[in-house]
Amino acid sequence: MRIVCPFCGERELGEFSYLGDAKPVRPAAGAPEDDVFDYVYLRDNIAGAMSEHWYHAGGCRAWLKITRNTLTHEISSVEPAAGAGAAEVGA
Amino acid sequence: MVSHAQTHRLESGGLIDRSAPLNFRFDGKTFAGFQGDTLASALIANGVKLVGRSFKYHRPRGILTSGSEEPNALVELRTGARREPNTKATTAELYDGLEAASQNCWPSLRHDLMAVNQLFSPIFVAGFYYKTFMWPAKFWEAIYEPAIRRAAGLGRAAGVADPDHYDKAWAHCDVLIAGSGPAGLAAALAAGRSGARVILCEEDFALGGRLLADGGMIDGMPAAEWTSRTLAELATLPDVRIMNRTTLFGVYDGGTYGAIERVNDHLPSPPEHQVRQRLWRIVAKRCVVAAGAIERPIVFAGNDTPGVMMASAMRTYVARYAATPAKRIALFTNNEDGWRTVETALGAGLQIAAVVDARLDVSAAHRALAAKAGFPVLNGSVAGVEGGKDGVRKISISLTGGARAEVEADGLAVSGGWNPAVGLTSYHRGRPKWQDDISAFVPDGAPPGMVAAGAANGAFGLGACLSQGFAAGAAAAQSPGHNGSAGTPPVADDETFSLTRLWHVAGKGKAFVDYQHDVTASDIELAQREGFESVEHLKRYTTLGMATDQGKTSNVAGLAILAAVSGKSIPETGTTIYRPPYVPVAIGAFAGHHRDEDFHATRLTPSHHWAAEQGAVFVDTGLWKRAQWYPRAGEKDWLESVTREVKAVRSGVGFCDVSTLGKIDVHGPDAGAFLDRVYINTFSNLAVGKARYGLMLREDGMVYDDGTTSRLAEDHYFLTTTTAKAGPVMQHLEFCRQVLFPQLDVQLTSVSDQWAQFSIAGPKTRDLLREIVDPAEDLLNEAFPFMGAREVALRGGIKARLFRISFSGEMAFEISVPARYGDALVRNLMLAGKQFGVTPYGTEALGVMRIEKGHVAGPELNGTTTAADLGHGKMMSTKKDFIGCVMAGREALAAADRQVVVGIKPTDKKRRLRSGAHVIPKGEIPGSASSQGYVTSVCFSPTLDQWIGLALVERGRERIGEIVHAHDPLRGEDYDVELCNPVFYDPDGGRQRG
Repeated sequence: MRIVCPFCGERELGEFSYLGDAKPVRPAAGAPEDDVFDYVYLRDNIAGAMSEHWYHAGGCRAWLKITRNTLTHEISSVEPAAGAGAAEVGA
Repeated sequence: MVSHAQTHRLESGGLIDRSAPLNFRFDGKTFAGFQGDTLASALIANGVKLVGRSFKYHRPRGILTSGSEEPNALVELRTGARREPNTKATTAELYDGLEAASQNCWPSLRHDLMAVNQLFSPIFVAGFYYKTFMWPAKFWEAIYEPAIRRAAGLGRAAGVADPDHYDKAWAHCDVLIAGSGPAGLAAALAAGRSGARVILCEEDFALGGRLLADGGMIDGMPAAEWTSRTLAELATLPDVRIMNRTTLFGVYDGGTYGAIERVNDHLPSPPEHQVRQRLWRIVAKRCVVAAGAIERPIVFAGNDTPGVMMASAMRTYVARYAATPAKRIALFTNNEDGWRTVETALGAGLQIAAVVDARLDVSAAHRALAAKAGFPVLNGSVAGVEGGKDGVRKISISLTGGARAEVEADGLAVSGGWNPAVGLTSYHRGRPKWQDDISAFVPDGAPPGMVAAGAANGAFGLGACLSQGFAAGAAAAQSPGHNGSAGTPPVADDETFSLTRLWHVAGKGKAFVDYQHDVTASDIELAQREGFESVEHLKRYTTLGMATDQGKTSNVAGLAILAAVSGKSIPETGTTIYRPPYVPVAIGAFAGHHRDEDFHATRLTPSHHWAAEQGAVFVDTGLWKRAQWYPRAGEKDWLESVTREVKAVRSGVGFCDVSTLGKIDVHGPDAGAFLDRVYINTFSNLAVGKARYGLMLREDGMVYDDGTTSRLAEDHYFLTTTTAKAGPVMQHLEFCRQVLFPQLDVQLTSVSDQWAQFSIAGPKTRDLLREIVDPAEDLLNEAFPFMGAREVALRGGIKARLFRISFSGEMAFEISVPARYGDALVRNLMLAGKQFGVTPYGTEALGVMRIEKGHVAGPELNGTTTAADLGHGKMMSTKKDFIGCVMAGREALAAADRQVVVGIKPTDKKRRLRSGAHVIPKGEIPGSASSQGYVTSVCFSPTLDQWIGLALVERGRERIGEIVHAHDPLRGEDYDVELCNPVFYDPDGGRQRG
């Protein structure tokens, strides 16, 4: 598999490490325990396009949000995380 | 002349180099061959017909094919540490001094006692293992499995380490081409002329594919001349790389391909500093599969007799190698192409005994040829073969209409048609589709960017191969944007295609479908009767297609027979899933240089070379080598050395390299706010020039890592992690920064490798430091109190960082200097510290002192403990949001009966403790129900002169003083221990503050 890092260009899978589902959003401070529980533990088991967090560990260390088809491994989009690279501070 | 011994070598012809004779040995006998031979062709040239014994029945077997699809002629190649089992004689290139041995026979190939298996063949049917070795279950491991392993299997592995090196490499191109036959060469021409970067892989050592044996006319010239002109033109193109001896074996995601290059397999051993094989990962925008087709056998009784050979292989041996598998050849064909073997054989002066053609419509030209050469053309099929280990003697034929005939021959060429090589195109679960007009599966659903051309695509004619290959090459070059002119395509005529379907000739005697796994037509019929109708079930039940050849010659015939007995069509029956690798690839090639001490990278601490000079014993911690202890002359064991090191620190001064800790610089106006989010305690209120111990949790509330963090400036913190978690914590913090809290203005930099860091500990620490640090620096408590942290100048002007932190419980500093000064620093510490008896200590003494001090480490930070379990519950802030804060508050994580860290001491002071022992209340029967925890860390404490330990015990802190039972079923030990304060040494901390 090859991933086009927005900062480094097309790189081989071995440079990246996988975290998982990028959809859950960390609840704000003071959120009820149930919301945090869902955030920590509940994941959809998606057969198809899935939004995932990947880390360019062997490159620029950017966290990326990648849309990958879990059936075909086809990658349809790669976006840097909000705070990655040259992303604007305070945005 | 050695060539005189080659009784089955033609006087002239072939692509062998008769000026380069080679000697080789097979089963201890010496033979001669020529450069350009394979082991198979050289054996044939010497009249050798019997080359191996079959897997299950130990039947005599000969050479069936001339390529990598060979199921029979597997040998052990080379000797000693280089012995390679299951090597195909048909692809092993001959070299001078080659040694090969037949496999799976005892005591010898000619007299194999295991051939008695044939007498029991009624029980060795499909599913034999499942049916026979069912019970008693306990017999499996002790009796059945070892016996089966001895009887079955093919070659023997070398059993010793491989002395050769294997390489791994990357390559990138626009167009990757598999195969150098007419389609592959035409594709390379078109793509190369268009300006594309081209890599062509050919598994053979010679280029040309079927042109090498079958010839033909291309662009009005003989194929050999066209091939050499084409290769000459390709050599002039700037970006065309041709890799022979290289098999494209797999397709992976995103246009990544696997190829194995047999760099030096054609030599006795690789030349010095060269590798045997190289594993290539090739990234290609487009791929043209011109891998050709594989001729398929027809299944009939006795079809495995040595001397029965694929028709295309028979003429390859004659035309390419000038080696004659037989002098009087019969042909059994169901198609036009088989007749080429007759033409080649007659051209070489060999006799044709008869042609058995399943078709009614044999052409007038062929009938005229038969009349001229004086052999009969019989309409029907071969029903049996008489012969044995010395080869074929007689062939019996059942003629259309029911009559029988017999023909004497010493070789039988068989052609059942051709199967396109659909492996590569099917590796992404593409299912090949049935094409009725050629009665074969052709590629369908190929991975993105891949296209098949020529025979691999079901286009068997030479003209079609050239035009398809050329078109595919031109198109493949254009999609990456190479629009140069592809020029004129090569042209040739197509041969006539005519085929009558024939898979299996019913008859008496074993008719083999899968030669390598000894699967017969009746095995398939039996499996179907027993309900294994799905082709995937059939494969597993009969092991059809599961041998090292992966059924290249057997799969289609097998499923055709299954289709016939289950009353379905072949496309309804379908194929099994194709998986890489296309040919067996040595594990050594996948490992490459990653073996032995190079299995993984090794990280050396800045003081490593110095420590090695001292004779330190090193321990692997992750990738690091750390000094474990420093033995001195006369010390009888590690315990004596470690005890001395601990005592020296506690009474004087010692130092230890702690550079392996992860180190991260945290910069920015929001650095403090960021650390508040990732640690359970607060760092934004830490004063500049101070350090603080911190604990971070996972989001599920369990402890993740710990370490000290120092504030070096208003907007600059220096964070340390444990050695083990250095990488993961960096990744976690980057996730927090980039994904969770992108609004914070903070940057992280990993500086683990930039700083050499040493812990200097003991009452004489300041005395030693004063020898190192610039005299102007005040190290006394007032100016540099416990948990102080700031930059200092060393004598000589180098800037260093001093942290007054203590893991040992002694008065201690950690000093860090740029990593390049680490070696100089350690040597200076030794020199300057001589007067104070300075003692280097290793990770063992470090561990002893941390247990004496009750500090938690890896065994306690085990992913199942909370901050409170570790005794740090009060550190957890309730005033802020931090990673893990909500989940840490869950009921079970705050339960009163959790297992918490507590100290333990044996009631018998002389008793040795061992970690892992279970803690059981006194008087209860030891067991999982009564276990209340376990011992995590133990050491011999020189300070207390006894073994001590830390344990995780239910309500442990409330039970100080209680005697409990330590139960260690693994080592068979039972003893009593007292639960105690985990801080064994200096509990009020006076020494580290002193």
